[in-house]
Amino acid sequence: MGWLADTVAWLLDGANWSGSAGVLTLLRQHLLLTLAALAVACVISLPLAIWLGHIGRGGVLAVQLTNIGRAVPVLAVLVVLVVAGSPFGFSGLTPVTAFTLFAIPPIVTNTYVGMREVDRGAVEAARGMGMTGWQTVRRVELPLAAPLILNGIRLSATQLVATVSIAALAAFGGLGRVITLGFANQDVGQVVAGALLIALLALAVEALFDLLGRLIDPGRRVAASSLQVPVVSTEP
Amino acid sequence: MLSVVRAEVHAATLADNCLVRNDWVCPLYVQTRAEELWDGTLQHLYITGMSLLIGVLISVPLAVFAHEWRRARRLTLGVSTALYTIPSLAMFSLLLPFLGLSAATTITGLVVYSLTILVRNLLVGLDNVDDDVRDAARGMGFGRFGMLRKVEAPLALPAAFAGLRVAAVSTIALTTVGALVGYGGLGNIMLRGVQANFKAEVLTSSVLSVVLAVVADFLLLGLQRLLVPWQRAGA
Repeated sequence: MGWLADTVAWLLDGANWSGSAGVLTLLRQHLLLTLAALAVACVISLPLAIWLGHIGRGGVLAVQLTNIGRAVPVLAVLVVLVVAGSPFGFSGLTPVTAFTLFAIPPIVTNTYVGMREVDRGAVEAARGMGMTGWQTVRRVELPLAAPLILNGIRLSATQLVATVSIAALAAFGGLGRVITLGFANQDVGQVVAGALLIALLALAVEALFDLLGRLIDPGRRVAASSLQVPVVSTEP
Repeated sequence: MLSVVRAEVHAATLADNCLVRNDWVCPLYVQTRAEELWDGTLQHLYITGMSLLIGVLISVPLAVFAHEWRRARRLTLGVSTALYTIPSLAMFSLLLPFLGLSAATTITGLVVYSLTILVRNLLVGLDNVDDDVRDAARGMGFGRFGMLRKVEAPLALPAAFAGLRVAAVSTIALTTVGALVGYGGLGNIMLRGVQANFKAEVLTSSVLSVVLAVVADFLLLGLQRLLVPWQRAGA
C-alpha cells in the first residue's frame, strides 16, 4: 500500500499545486476548456433542437445523433483532429472543436425529446388562447421542457469533464496531465492523485447540476427520477 | 541551392508512395502493418467480449435483486450512477495500483460502466411487465421464482437486448482509453499514430474501431430477432 502514502504525500505537497504544470493551472485549463465547449455547444444545439422540437421534425436525426456519438470513440476523434492540425495554425482551436463535437449530442437529443414530450393539450390550449408560435415556445413549451433541457446540459458537462481528461493522452492540457505525467514519472501515487482530482471534479459538476435542477423544478421530478430509470447517453 | 540539390537527392532515393507522403488513406499501410492491426483488433474484441460477459453475469442477479427489493433498488441505481460519472481515464488510473498494467485493469473498469447500462435496462424490462400478466401467472399457480423465469424474464428480453446493444457499442468505444495502461486494443495503435504524426495509422485504427461498434450492434440486433421473434426490435 505504499502508493496510498505516495498519493497523500503528492496531494499535500504544495509544489504540485503551483506553477505552470501545477494542479491549479491544469484545473483552470480543464474548467476553461469545458466551459468554452459547453457554451459553443449550447449556442449551436439549443436553438436548433428547440426549433426542431417545436415543429416536430427531424426527430430521427436528433435521436440518431446520440447513437453516433456513442459509437465513435472520444480518443479516435481527438487523435484524428490532432494529426490533422488546426487549419488556422492556432492550436487552442483544435481541442475546443473536438470537445464541442462531443457536447452537442446530449443537448440536442434531450432538448428535442423535452420539447416533444410537452403535453399536446397544453400546446393546443396556448394556441387556442391566441398565442403565436414564438409565445407558445417561450411561455409554454420551454418552461415545461426545462428539466429535460437541463438534463441534456448536465450530461454534456459530465461528458466534457471526461473528454477533457482523455485529451491529455493526445497531448492536450487539463487535469488528465497529472495522470499522464505520473505515468511518465512511473509514480503510481501521482497517477492515483490525478484520478482522484478528476473523479472529484466530475462528482462536483454532477452535484452542481443536481442543485440547479432542484431550483428550476422543485420537488416533483427529482423525487420521481431517483426511482425511474433514465437512459444513459454519454461516454465516461 | 544546396537545399534544392538535397531535395532532389531525397526524392530520388525515396520511393514515392502513400507512406512517404503521409496520406490519410494508405493501402500500403494496411498491407505492411496487417499483423499489427489484426493484433489490435483481436485485443479490442477480447477486452470488449470479456467485459460484456462479466457484466452480463453480474448484472442479471443484481437486477433481479433490485427488482424484488425496493431498498436494494435505490442503492443499486444510486451507486451505479455515481460510478458512471467517474471519467474513464480516472477509473483506469484508480484501478492501476490493484491490477497493474494489465488487461484486467481495462476489463474491470469497463465492467463497472457496462453494469450501469445493463442493470438499468434489465430493470426497465422487468418493471414494464404488465400487472395483469403477473396476476394471470399467479392465478395459474406460478410461484415467485417460476414467474420470474417463465413470465417476467421472457417479457423483459427486448429491453435487456436494447441494453446489451448500448453496452456493447459504448464498451467498444471506451476500450480505446485502455491505451493508458497499454491494453486499449485499437486505442494503442491510435496513440502510437498520434505520437508519430502518422496519418494513415491514426485514421485506419479510428475507422476500424467505429466499424467494430457498428458490426457488433448489427450482430446483436440479428441475435435479438432470432431469440425474440415475437417482437420487432426497436431502437
